[in-house]
Amino acid sequence: MATDIIKVENLEKHFGELQVLKDVSLNVKPKEVVVIFGRSGSGKSTLLRCLNFLEYPTGGCIEVDGTRLEYGHPTRARRDAIRQIRMKAGMVFQEFNLFPHLTVMENLIEAPVTVRGESKKEATERGKELLDKVGLSEKADQYPIRLSGGQKQRVAIARALNMRPKIMLFDEPTSALDPELIGEVLAVMKKLAEEGMTMMVVSHEMGFAREVADRMCFFDEGVILEEGPPDQMIRDAQHERTKRFLEAVL
Amino acid sequence: MAEARATLGGLGEPKEARAPGLSYGWRKTISYAAVTVVLIGVFIFFQFDTDFMMLWFPYIGRGVFYTLILSFGGMALAIPLALLGALGRLSRSAVLNSISAFYVSFFRGTPLLVQVFFIYYAFPQLAFRPGVPGFLEPVLVLDIIFAGILALGLNYGAYMTEIFRSGIQSIGHGQVEAAHALAMSPRQTTRRIVLPQALRVIIPPTGNDFIAMLKDSSLVGVAGSVTELFNRAQTTGRAEVHPFETLAIAALVYWALTGVFTFFQNKLERRVARGHFREQVHGH
Repeated sequence: MATDIIKVENLEKHFGELQVLKDVSLNVKPKEVVVIFGRSGSGKSTLLRCLNFLEYPTGGCIEVDGTRLEYGHPTRARRDAIRQIRMKAGMVFQEFNLFPHLTVMENLIEAPVTVRGESKKEATERGKELLDKVGLSEKADQYPIRLSGGQKQRVAIARALNMRPKIMLFDEPTSALDPELIGEVLAVMKKLAEEGMTMMVVSHEMGFAREVADRMCFFDEGVILEEGPPDQMIRDAQHERTKRFLEAVL
Repeated sequence: MAEARATLGGLGEPKEARAPGLSYGWRKTISYAAVTVVLIGVFIFFQFDTDFMMLWFPYIGRGVFYTLILSFGGMALAIPLALLGALGRLSRSAVLNSISAFYVSFFRGTPLLVQVFFIYYAFPQLAFRPGVPGFLEPVLVLDIIFAGILALGLNYGAYMTEIFRSGIQSIGHGQVEAAHALAMSPRQTTRRIVLPQALRVIIPPTGNDFIAMLKDSSLVGVAGSVTELFNRAQTTGRAEVHPFETLAIAALVYWALTGVFTFFQNKLERRVARGHFREQVHGH
């Protein structure tokens, strides 16, 4: 049995008085696809953002591909570890957050060149392959403003992949999209899952979850209330709150 | 309701509210011509000495050289000061934050003319107080050009600190998060992601400040004998008893300079706006 690539141990996050994550523990195996769902404010996005330290946990411990980090103030050693983790974990945001002053290809090669110190040529070669994979080869020289929402999100996925991450974190990747554009983004994510990428996805796309996820976690008031294989979760949830939520979104 | 519609309609007025016969463009041209004729009439009525103006125009006009040295020098100092000031204002360090807040408050709170006089007239006095070491003399006793550049740079740097700060703050937090998620360091994020985007917001008001500085450089000519545009107009006008003509020359040259730099500013604005309009405005 493969060792877990993500380990979350007793994670806590407070925003002032408010406790958003309460003692959350979760392990993910390589190539596993985990879909996290739950009401807004339940802490699911915060968990994802704690994983690459966009939010600093206020308790507990995170390990990503062997890089282990306890909660606490940023010291030099801790900052190095955060950098390691961020290089291993690509992130895709709800609002895409492409860099508007850079072309699509420049968006893709920015971090590999400045962070990894790759040559532009090397990063561009890989960037071309990735754009081809997300079906946007012809957009390489466009600025993001000329893309549709679905195209922007596919570029954002390619941008994250160009750092050659071991895992991919998706924070509500289709929530800001018009309904007719959701499919093209989910198709790219499905392809990624089939290639064996380890993925954690915060999403309410139950069709995608049923088809692609190995496991689903229901978040409620800062804890994982329930988890299990998608079929079992969707058909036969144990908790009343999970059932009620699923009825509302299905 | 009707009022609101009237206001909205007002936006398109030049094209829509067309007088019968003449287009808006034509009426504008005619108005400009009328203003010009009136001005020429005033010139003739007050018997402007145009020969005198032609004679002295080359001498006074050459003052532009020093006006530009003062303005470019002042700007070259103001821009790095404004950048440091803005980063200080946005820093979490209490020390850096207070230093830059103090800098902005002091230099915006006192007149530029007072600052020029301070640096040019008052600092030398300090150099000769007992106990002040000799190596400070070249720092405290400054040539008027350097004193002028220093005063302009410090003063405009303080104003521009606020421009730079608001420009940097206008960049959404999502941009910073995206850069951090790609493992970019805070410094890389500022230099590669935030500042290039902030420039688009910073450049138009900075261009305005440069144009304002072109004209404020005349204050340096008041304080000392640097023969920039205004200084030449003033001294010549007084000596030759033709101040109206000489000052008119200076005013016209300042006006022309402003026009030239406004043109370049517009070009620059278009360049940095790339990626922000669906249709490319020019080029590419």
